[in-house]
Parts: sequence; C-alpha cells; structure tokens
Amino acid sequence: MSSFLKIENVDKIFTRGSATTKVLENINLRVEKGQFVSIIGHSGCGKSTLLNIVAGLLTATSGGVILEEREVNEPGPDRAVVFQNHSLLPWLSSYENVRLAVNKVFRKTETRVKRHERTMRMLDLVQMTHAKDKRPGEISGGMKQRVGIARALAMEPKVLLLDEPFGALDALTRAHLQDQVMALQAKLGATVIMITHDVDEAVLLSDRIVMMTNGPRATIGEVLPVPLARPRDRIQLAVDPVYLECRRSVLQFLYERHSYVEAA
Amino acid sequence: MTMPLTKNAISVSPLDDADEIFHRRRTPLAVKYRTQIRAFFAAILPPIITCAVILLVWQIICARPNSALPSPARIWTEANDLILHPFFVNGPQDIGLGWRVLTSLQRVAVGFGLASVAGVIVGAFVGQAQWAARGLDPIFQVLRTVPPLAWLPISLAAFGDSRPSAIFVIFITAIWPIIINTSVGVRNIPQDYRNVAAVLRLNALEFFYRIVAPSAAPYIFTGLRIGVGLSWLAIVAAEMLTGGVGIGFFIWDAWNSSRLPDIFVALLYIGLTGFFLDRLIGFIGALVTRGAQPN
Repeated sequence: MSSFLKIENVDKIFTRGSATTKVLENINLRVEKGQFVSIIGHSGCGKSTLLNIVAGLLTATSGGVILEEREVNEPGPDRAVVFQNHSLLPWLSSYENVRLAVNKVFRKTETRVKRHERTMRMLDLVQMTHAKDKRPGEISGGMKQRVGIARALAMEPKVLLLDEPFGALDALTRAHLQDQVMALQAKLGATVIMITHDVDEAVLLSDRIVMMTNGPRATIGEVLPVPLARPRDRIQLAVDPVYLECRRSVLQFLYERHSYVEAA
Repeated sequence: MTMPLTKNAISVSPLDDADEIFHRRRTPLAVKYRTQIRAFFAAILPPIITCAVILLVWQIICARPNSALPSPARIWTEANDLILHPFFVNGPQDIGLGWRVLTSLQRVAVGFGLASVAGVIVGAFVGQAQWAARGLDPIFQVLRTVPPLAWLPISLAAFGDSRPSAIFVIFITAIWPIIINTSVGVRNIPQDYRNVAAVLRLNALEFFYRIVAPSAAPYIFTGLRIGVGLSWLAIVAAEMLTGGVGIGFFIWDAWNSSRLPDIFVALLYIGLTGFFLDRLIGFIGALVTRGAQPN
C-alpha cells in the first residue's frame, strides 16, 4: 500500500550535553495527494519538530519520511515551508522574496520573462501585487504571511508545510487568510500539512486532524477525519452539526484525555 | 516592529484635510522661517562657543613670549599659508598639507581596501565554521592588541621598502576588528534565514551573497568603521618612521626643524580627515544596511 507521503516509525531524541530527551516516539502517518492534514497538540508536544523532520530541516533519530517512494533526508523546494514568523528576507522586496524562490527552482527550465510572469502570478494569487516593491518592514503582518505563502507556492512543492502560519496574526486577519488558503488549496489541489493549536482552524481547513499526545515521548493519539463538503463557509459551519461534533471531539481529546500539563 | 506609514496607509479624511488647511493658515511663512532659523542656531552655536572659549583660554595660557607652545595667534601668523592654501606645490618636499593628506589617504585606501576584502572573507569563514572559530579566535584576540607600530620592523624586514611596509601596517591594524565583527555578524544570522536558505537549497555562493552579506552588514560596517579609524591612526605613526610625503612625515619633519605651529595645523588636518573617514564609512553603512534590520 503506497501513499503519497509516509511518515514511518519516526523517533526524535534531542541530546544536550549528557541530558537526552525523547521528543517524538513512534510516529506513523500517511498523507494522500491533495489532502489537507492538520497536526494539533499542546505547546511543546513536538508538532514543529515533526514538521521540521518532514521538511528535512531536522533528521529523525530513527524511522523516516518517504515522499513519492523516495526518502527525505535534506530540505528542498519540493517540501516548501511557510514559517510561523514569515521569515521573509527583510532586505528584499516582496517581489524579490518570491522571485528568489522562483529563480532557484525554475532557473534551468524557464526564461527570465517566464520567471517574471510566474512571480507576478504568485503575488496575484495572494493579492499582493500592489505591494510588490515594498519591503517586509513596510507591510502588515498578514501581508507578510501572504508573501510567505506566495514564496512557498512559487516553488510548486509536492507538499506544502505550514508551521502555525496564522499564529502571530490577529483574529480578523487570521480568518481572512484561512479563507484565502482554503481557496488556494481548492484551486491548486495542493497537499498540505499544517501545524496549529487552534481547534476551529483545524476543523475548518482540514480533511484529517492529527491529534498529538503531550510530550515528552509524544506520539499520535488519534486521527479524526473531517467529513465536511467543500467549499466550506465559516458562517454556515458555525451551526453545522458535523462541524460541531468534530470540534467537540478535538476539544475533548485536548482538554479531557490529554490536558496540558505544565512542564515541571 | 516598526511600520513606517506608506502613501497607501495614510487615509486622509475630509476633516483632517480641513484641519490641515486651517493649521497652515495660522502659521505664516515668517513664523515658519523663524523656527527653522532658531533650530539652525541651536545646532550651530554651542560648538562655535566652545571652540571660541578653548581658543581664548589657550591664547591666555600661551600668550607669554617665552611659552613652550605657540598660542593660536602665533600659529595663525606663522602658519596661515598652510591653512589658507592646502594645495600649493613649491618643490618636491614643500607642498600643501592637502596634498600630504591625499598621499596618506591613498596609502590608507590601499591598505584598508585589502583589509576590508580579506577581513570580510576570513570573518565570514570564521563565523560559519565552528572549528575555525575555536582555532583562530584566540590568535585574533592576541594579535589585535599588538600596537600598529610594533608591526613596522617586521614588515620592513619582510618587504625591504618603506612604501609597502606602511601599507602592510595599515592592513594588519585594520583587519582584526573587521574579521571579529564580521564573524560575530555571521554567527548571529537568525536560524529563520538559514532555514529559508536550506529549503531553497541556496549554494555556498548564493548563501553568502543573499543571506550572509545583507544579514551581517550592520556588524560588518561596525568593523569597517573601527578599522578605518585604526588605519588612520596607524598611517600617521608609520609615516613618521618611514618618511615620504605623507602628513605623518610632515609632523616629524616639522618637529626636527622646530616648526611647532605647523604641527598644530597638521593635527587639525589629521583630525578633520579622520572625522570625515569615520562619517563616510558610517554613511555608506547606513545606505547599505537600510532595511537589513529584522522585523
């Protein structure tokens, strides 16, 4: 049985001096092409560590990640990451930030004109063409994150990795960006793995919600399918019984069965 | 997080507009100019007053005819040609101080230029490779405390000629702060940018050009600014010993022929040039590092 993306028996042990901490234990997950999967859990449970392993920024202590039958062992543009703090290069304009990614991925296959058009298309996709010459310091947090998404999408990744992409934004901007990401995913059919700690966000956006137990030795506690038809509308969903039931079971997992314990 | 207001961000409501016009009418041009003139004098007057006081005290202290040091008035009467005509040429060793400063600056340009290039490359390497930092940092820390002139005999022995020796002294004096600051800047590149570089698979050259140089630029320019100040200190000292037509040798020459007023004028030239060099590097730095601050 071959899936698009497989995370197999992943363990991660961090060593600092003589102290070792097993952060992740025996993580197994399969993601099909075009699926939107959220990973939710309390802070410190190793969600970001898991995403970084998939991105190739960290290596698993044992086990591995297989994307389209090939093992992942280094970072690359086929697994583009949208970082929590946008991580745009502040000395480049929005256009140049996206163009850098476009140049890196398509330098050999596309002409300069094509690459310019691609960059503009990506900025248009996130409605940022009006601020293409602005530097990150000159635009708002939501705009920065949109440019970050454009940069990631510009690499035409096989999997798009979102590391709490809306965490640093205010509630209204967040809702707006969530809608945009939903529309983009519907349009592009992208495979997405998103880290979040927001229950509503997870239910609204995901096909499946992966719930992680508390660390250390965190693992996947439960995987919840979200059988809601797309396109989804946040206002209608607010009274949808399926939505409410999904929301309730995630909340129950997080606050009753695996409630957050303050690290001693 | 700073967010300068952009054109699009400012939305002027009719009320604001009306208020603006009202406000303008109430400040006639004369009032506006008066405040500007006042601000100008507020900035320019204190340094003028302090200079005047210092000159006056100096004049009083050194006014006696047998005083060891010349008074400002005597400096002016005996050496005003050096102040008023910086670019005269009366012979191979009788030239204006402007020419001498330029000769010294030329040496500084070569030595400091080489130090900048080498310092940034070595600094980037040291900042990037941990084992290199551990191995080389103690050596740098020791060598950077060696006074510039202590290098002169060694470089004279190595190069056998005074001109390259002076340039080498500048190079070796200026390079340490550049290396050390660059390596600190490179070590402080945020992990976020390194992650971006990793996901994009930037190669070593692109990583240096796209990430390292802009991210470490504020640190690099701090190093360059310290370096240029040190090289100006070093050149004057080195020229006193190696001769030639530089401003440093002029001081030594004036001392040997008991022309004390000339030395004071030369000091003024050296100070102003050093100040100008420092501001120049600072200005270039501000220009280049615009937008390099994380946000």
